Amino acid sequence: MGDELEQETEDGASKAITKSGLIEKVAGRTPHISKKDTEVVVNTIFDSMTEALKEGRRIEIRGFGSFQVKIREAREGRNPKTGEEVHIPDKRTPFFKVGKELKEMVDSSFAAEASEGSGE
Amino acid sequence: MPEEIGKGMTKADIVEHIYERVGFSKKESADLVETVFAVIKETLSSGQKVKISGFGNFVVREKNARKGRNPQTGEEILLQARRVLTFKPSLVLKNILNDEQSPE
Repeated sequence: MGDELEQETEDGASKAITKSGLIEKVAGRTPHISKKDTEVVVNTIFDSMTEALKEGRRIEIRGFGSFQVKIREAREGRNPKTGEEVHIPDKRTPFFKVGKELKEMVDSSFAAEASEGSGE
Repeated sequence: MPEEIGKGMTKADIVEHIYERVGFSKKESADLVETVFAVIKETLSSGQKVKISGFGNFVVREKNARKGRNPQTGEEILLQARRVLTFKPSLVLKNILNDEQSPE
């Protein structure tokens, strides 16, 4: 990724929802299902995704995006303070690539706001 | 139905997990999974972050307009300000991926 200047759109945690906020919102749309069950569903979704990544599998959620684990190979490094050689093991990091639909949803909402109220 | 290891996971596999572990019908499981992702997408589109403890944070960032260059022609172009989605994995998830690695 480039060195573009970027800033978070929000100034604080108020503009964020957590997992419990997500559960609330989902529960609000599924009145025939108890909140407890909604919670189990949301947890199961993220647990099963975590398991898949742990097995090194790719996850593809159509319309949302994909997750993939990238491996940085083990290498021999050096402790910069002591000069001592150290073995640095493999490191696995999850990456998310946003899907086309969500990418456009996120960006077009911005374009819409910008054209409506640029006077603020 | 066991999923093949090494094969990618899809939304259908997640639905299967809900069906097996939570006990909803397949239809209900599918509807619930759709609703969860729909809510996440709408929340992010409104500019809000979605923070899933133990998994990671989905964060919408604003990129300022900047001058760029068409890498093929070298021509200067103005890239519009835009909004992009990034994912920051939680430390918990990163640790899970790095602990107990099965020897290959």
